[in-house]
Amino acid sequence: MEAAAGGGCGSGPPLLLSEGEQQCYSELFARCAGAAGGGPGCGPPEAARAAPGAATAAAGPVADLFRASQLPAETLHQITELCGAKRVGYFGPTQFYVALKLIAAAQSGLPVRIESIKCELPLPRFMMSKTDGEIRFGNPAELLGTKMQIPYLITEKNTFKRMDDEDKQETQSPTMSPLASPPSSPPHYQRVPLSHGYSKLRSSTEQMHPAPYDARQPLVQPEGASTGGPGAKPPRHQTSLIRSFSVEREPQDNNSNYPDEPWRITEEQREYYVNQFRSLQPDPSSFISGSVAKNFFTKSKLSIPELSYIWELSDADCDGALTLPEFCAAFHLIVARKNGYPLPEGLPPTLQPEYLQAAFPKPKWECALFDSYSESMPANQQPRDLNRMELSIKDMADFPVPIQDVTGDDKQALKNTVDEVLPKDMSEDPATPKDSNSLKARPRSRSYSSTSIEEAMKRGEDPPTPPPRPQKTHSRASSLDLNKVFQPSVPATKSGLLPPPPALPPRPCPSQPEQASEAELHPQLNRAPSQAAESSPTKKDLPYSQPPSKPIRRKFRPENQATENQEPSTTVGGPASVAAAKPHPTVQKQSSKQKKAIQTAIRKNKEANAVLARLNSELQQQLKEVHQERIALENQLEQLRPVTVL
Amino acid sequence: MAVCVAVIAKENYPLYIRSVPTENELKFHYMVHTSLDVVDEKISAMGKALVDQRELYLGLLYPTEDYKVYGYVTNSRVKFVMVVDSSNTALRDNEIRSMFRKLHSSYTDVMCNPFYNPGDRIQSRAFDSMVTSMMIQVC
Repeated sequence: MEAAAGGGCGSGPPLLLSEGEQQCYSELFARCAGAAGGGPGCGPPEAARAAPGAATAAAGPVADLFRASQLPAETLHQITELCGAKRVGYFGPTQFYVALKLIAAAQSGLPVRIESIKCELPLPRFMMSKTDGEIRFGNPAELLGTKMQIPYLITEKNTFKRMDDEDKQETQSPTMSPLASPPSSPPHYQRVPLSHGYSKLRSSTEQMHPAPYDARQPLVQPEGASTGGPGAKPPRHQTSLIRSFSVEREPQDNNSNYPDEPWRITEEQREYYVNQFRSLQPDPSSFISGSVAKNFFTKSKLSIPELSYIWELSDADCDGALTLPEFCAAFHLIVARKNGYPLPEGLPPTLQPEYLQAAFPKPKWECALFDSYSESMPANQQPRDLNRMELSIKDMADFPVPIQDVTGDDKQALKNTVDEVLPKDMSEDPATPKDSNSLKARPRSRSYSSTSIEEAMKRGEDPPTPPPRPQKTHSRASSLDLNKVFQPSVPATKSGLLPPPPALPPRPCPSQPEQASEAELHPQLNRAPSQAAESSPTKKDLPYSQPPSKPIRRKFRPENQATENQEPSTTVGGPASVAAAKPHPTVQKQSSKQKKAIQTAIRKNKEANAVLARLNSELQQQLKEVHQERIALENQLEQLRPVTVL
Repeated sequence: MAVCVAVIAKENYPLYIRSVPTENELKFHYMVHTSLDVVDEKISAMGKALVDQRELYLGLLYPTEDYKVYGYVTNSRVKFVMVVDSSNTALRDNEIRSMFRKLHSSYTDVMCNPFYNPGDRIQSRAFDSMVTSMMIQVC
């Protein structure tokens, strides 16, 4: 069809377009024509195929497109002349295609002549811009190394771009990560009704933040590419590892007509942002104050002017505080900036607070957490995402410098650092790059948003029980590290002992026991047995050890609140039996040790209680004396008062 | 339409100064500087007791042959000075007041940004664009 269209329209020189070119051009043409018609995004490929011959591209979008190619103005004039648009007065398909080919020639350095287009040329390159109709995909040749604005994620998406260049892209993807041109992720995202393989591919690439969503690059090619894609996915995904904050995006999200895909927040990202918000401010419906937000965002190591500008953009009501949607927008801008995107002039429509609030109603994030669990269970997707989340979380901790500079080697390094952070959590073999990391990352990131497997297991029981697997403690430990980073900005929420991971403020209990080392269990068990479970030694110790540990641990801090231990232990006792559902073998082994420790702890606590009681009585006495003094002074004052002159 | 807009801090150093015909910038800087004396005069003339009732808009500070200088002081002693072309006779007092009000509200928006340290130069793009809209459009 494209061939016919190209050949049939006629008045220009005979065009020899490769399949890729044809699709690219026809899509562009449809976009320009569609944009003129006022509605892009409704299946440009179909439109392109439907009426390539009949439509004419409006001058406005075409001019914008040409400008996006970043050629000098005279060249563009020449091209317009040569392609015949001036002659016929409009941009018909032929003229448009010729113009595009000439642009490609000019970009490749060839002189702008009719002869230039006779040879095989790469596809024209257009710099990504955020306006609809101007967003253009890079061609595969570009992918091969032309610098594009969007550093990340590119590679994987690129594979989906062109069928014929599929192989090239795949081979190049690992190295091209920073340089990849705007990936076709948006295009393949638009392809919702994709083949099975394709959708899988998409999901696997989800991890990559669909960066320069050259939104409407549908292209049948992605489908074709997708089949070849999966094979090359793993190497590409490595590149995605580099993406710091790039959180994968749901393919379905991109189906709306917003052209500014890089500014769209995916589900995962949204979850993450909301979790971060909660870490700073437990109530999702209130604000984060300016100073708190400033401390938090300063950790991103962006320059102050940039942060100031991001704040300006995101604080829509200029009240010096960030609501949840404003916070998400700001966070997203920071993420984008760290990944190399230039900051927009104005807040993109997808980041407007109204849009964010409408698109992501608050209760959703709870569900999202659950969904993420189910997601995390299966396949590669999650690993990628989690990996990225992992990385992003890590990055939140240290906010590394633009990831886009990381090459394949760095990916390994990054992966290794990830490995360090999550040492024993993920059983994955570090050797398997993506999946291992992703899997590692999965529980980890989930721990922030929703400690995946652990929490899923815990969900069954009401009282949070320490995860049966020791690895979880490691994960907690690792999360603990990051938590320390957040600590300044985290209002001391739950346990002073172990700050909960940002994602878990609503559930302090689970986080606490998870972090509970055995040592902590002992003092906690100390309380529990002392109050309730003493009567039931061994078997109940286990169940009690876990649930009581949490509330008790909390009480452990204020040591003089011995009485409070009673309540939590008893209340926990009830669910404890339920919680005891998973007695861990290691815990059982420790029970005997714990008993001894418990007893010593009991003694110590009794002593401490006695000391504190004495102190208390002394202070009461002092208080009484002070009261008496005060009364005496007041009497004096009253006596003196009538004497003083007013 | 202003020719020059300046925001002066309490300690009388400029937080933001911008003039439109950029070749004569120094002259405008000088005018703003000298106008500060007039501003101080007006403020002190009110007396301490009247600080609360003092109006923020100071009005015409002094006219020169080519230009007229208007002033506005906030309650935190941040001064806005605006220089307008004398030939622009169509500019009424109300318009000047509204321009100052816009300046003031943009300034508070800048203040709300936690990344802005009071005393820094104002680099907010929103503020810039607002000032640009107020300046004379020099082709």
